[in-house]
Amino acid sequence: MTRTLRLILGTIAVAALITGAAALSAWPSYSPVPQGSAMLKLSLSHGGVRNCRQLTEAELAKLPPNMRRKEICDRKRAPLTVELVIDGARVYHRDLPPSGLSGDGPSRVYEKFVLPAGPHSIAVRLRDTLRAEGFDYQAVRDVELAPGQNFVIDFSPVTGEFVFN
Amino acid sequence: MSSSFRRSLRRGFDRAERGLDLVFGAEWNPLGQLGALGWFLFWIVAGTGIYLFIFFDTGVVNAYSSVEWLSQDHWWHAGIARSFHRYASDLMVAVMMIHLVREFAYDRYRGVRWFSWFTGVPLIWFVYASGITGYWLIWDELAQYVAIVSSELLDWLPVFGEPIARNFLTPEALSGRFFTLMVFLHIAIPLILLLTMWIHIQRISRAKVNPTRELGAMVMIGLLVASLLLPANLEGPADLARVPGDVGIDWFFLPLYPLTDYIPAGAIWGGLAVFTLGLCAMPWLPPVKTPRAAEVFLDHCNGCARCVEDCPYAAIDLVPRTDGAPFPQQVTVDPGRCVACGICMGSCPSSSPFRRSQDLVTGIDLPDYPLAELRERVLAAAASLEGPARVLTLACEHGAAGAAEGVVTIPCIAMAPPSLIDFIISRGHADGVALAGCAETRCQHRFGVEWTRQRIAHERDPYLRNRVPRARIATIWAGPTEEARFARELSAFRDSVAALPAEQPRVHRAATQNLPVLDEASS
Repeated sequence: MTRTLRLILGTIAVAALITGAAALSAWPSYSPVPQGSAMLKLSLSHGGVRNCRQLTEAELAKLPPNMRRKEICDRKRAPLTVELVIDGARVYHRDLPPSGLSGDGPSRVYEKFVLPAGPHSIAVRLRDTLRAEGFDYQAVRDVELAPGQNFVIDFSPVTGEFVFN
Repeated sequence: MSSSFRRSLRRGFDRAERGLDLVFGAEWNPLGQLGALGWFLFWIVAGTGIYLFIFFDTGVVNAYSSVEWLSQDHWWHAGIARSFHRYASDLMVAVMMIHLVREFAYDRYRGVRWFSWFTGVPLIWFVYASGITGYWLIWDELAQYVAIVSSELLDWLPVFGEPIARNFLTPEALSGRFFTLMVFLHIAIPLILLLTMWIHIQRISRAKVNPTRELGAMVMIGLLVASLLLPANLEGPADLARVPGDVGIDWFFLPLYPLTDYIPAGAIWGGLAVFTLGLCAMPWLPPVKTPRAAEVFLDHCNGCARCVEDCPYAAIDLVPRTDGAPFPQQVTVDPGRCVACGICMGSCPSSSPFRRSQDLVTGIDLPDYPLAELRERVLAAAASLEGPARVLTLACEHGAAGAAEGVVTIPCIAMAPPSLIDFIISRGHADGVALAGCAETRCQHRFGVEWTRQRIAHERDPYLRNRVPRARIATIWAGPTEEARFARELSAFRDSVAALPAEQPRVHRAATQNLPVLDEASS
């Protein structure tokens, strides 16, 4: 085979190979959620309360005058309990420990739920204290999810309310 | 089991390479230049990346609009550059992976060759990290998908305080600074990649970092054709209020991303960790039994540096003379780099089988396969030759003739010093010498074929002397699957030797038996 012929054949082969590779660069496509579905994300980052108590007079007396705070708190925060109910079904319920080696950081949750588009009744509840039962915050909302919608439930520690985006 | 698997893989590669030889010829065969192609593609990606950066605008809105502008309004230069950038990156992944499997198949990763393998493992991570950060920058739907899945994966690691994925919850949550960070990473990681690539080739000499000009041109034309036929995809703009719909996944860089919908992030990280640690440990699983490193004999070494020039693994260095001989330098071998291929022995002018002293010693010799033993094996094989055309075959153990009967096998064909060929023919030990090495595109010890060819052609010192009739020498470069071609070419060579007029040995064989010690190499 002559050098010129090899050059031509080689170029054709390389071009075909690279074009094949280029096709794989965007094909076949992938759908992260099925057609006609929406995504609900429950994500919050919030620190549970600390267990605090008042110091006794005797304890205060032992402290230097400039260090006498009447209330001391454990370093460790309370775990969060988060519950999500969609259309009457509890789809998420978990106790979330505080982050950090000493458990003094916020608890965090990031969960995704794929839902069919359409109307849904959503209830979300949060407990951030050491109480055994019940919740400290809750919100209920009826929503109409559009296909492909990214619906986010967050919590604002500042306002103490759930935020629906 | 692993060795039989490797053997099958090796034969598969050999067949594929010989097939490509038919189209490209050995000189341009891409499978023989995978490392060099990787470097070439890196420079294409770097060059087009710099060019694209001129037009790219960072920012939540501006990033996408600038990419859209260069892809559509200025498709004829910036758009093509973007396609080059993407497709050369994809090819780099492909070339890297084939290179990895090929080195495994040819068992070129164990023993003292662990270094190149080991330093190649982080390259995989850096290539992927470079590509993935690039996908974020465009900020189209695919970028949104990549950003969310990447951050969800990263959030599984107990490294980051606030989950990164929370940055992509809503359009308001995303900051423009994110793009500044991404641009920084997309420049910094490739620079680290380049540094690691440089380290990767430190333990081989004359590392080939450029493909042949013709193959380079073929790749450039191929990239241009692909860029014109299939311009790099740009999805719709990212919108965090929506879930990305059908996204065109780049299956070279993102094959694991869809798996995150089915496999927990921890399992994916675990798989990647096992894959990475497994690759790192492979040179020692199991360790290969390497022959002892080459040894220097100063009485026969004048520091001529031919072995330093010829060593494929940079295992030999010149150092100041230590024995008081009147030469400024001597050579020293680093056992941690020497694979005992014997190329140094073949390059040493002292490696002359004409020297018939009792203890035939050369300047640099293999303890497990010394020159004296090679000469003995040659003489034994020559003694068994019969017929009108007695052809003695010196065979590389990695080529087609490595397992053939009646041949003198050596670790690399360039281990045979040119004076050995002269010795065989001029002393009448055989009528012809066949040098059977690896296939041209895949010499096991990198330069065995090239050095041998150059020595015969009088282009590389030590030369094969002119007095050796070239018609009595044949070179057969054949891979392990080409036993039939080897046999065919050897038979044809025998026929051609039989047709030659009888060669008068310079010193008759029978008369050499009682010759005194003679150093003919310098004559």
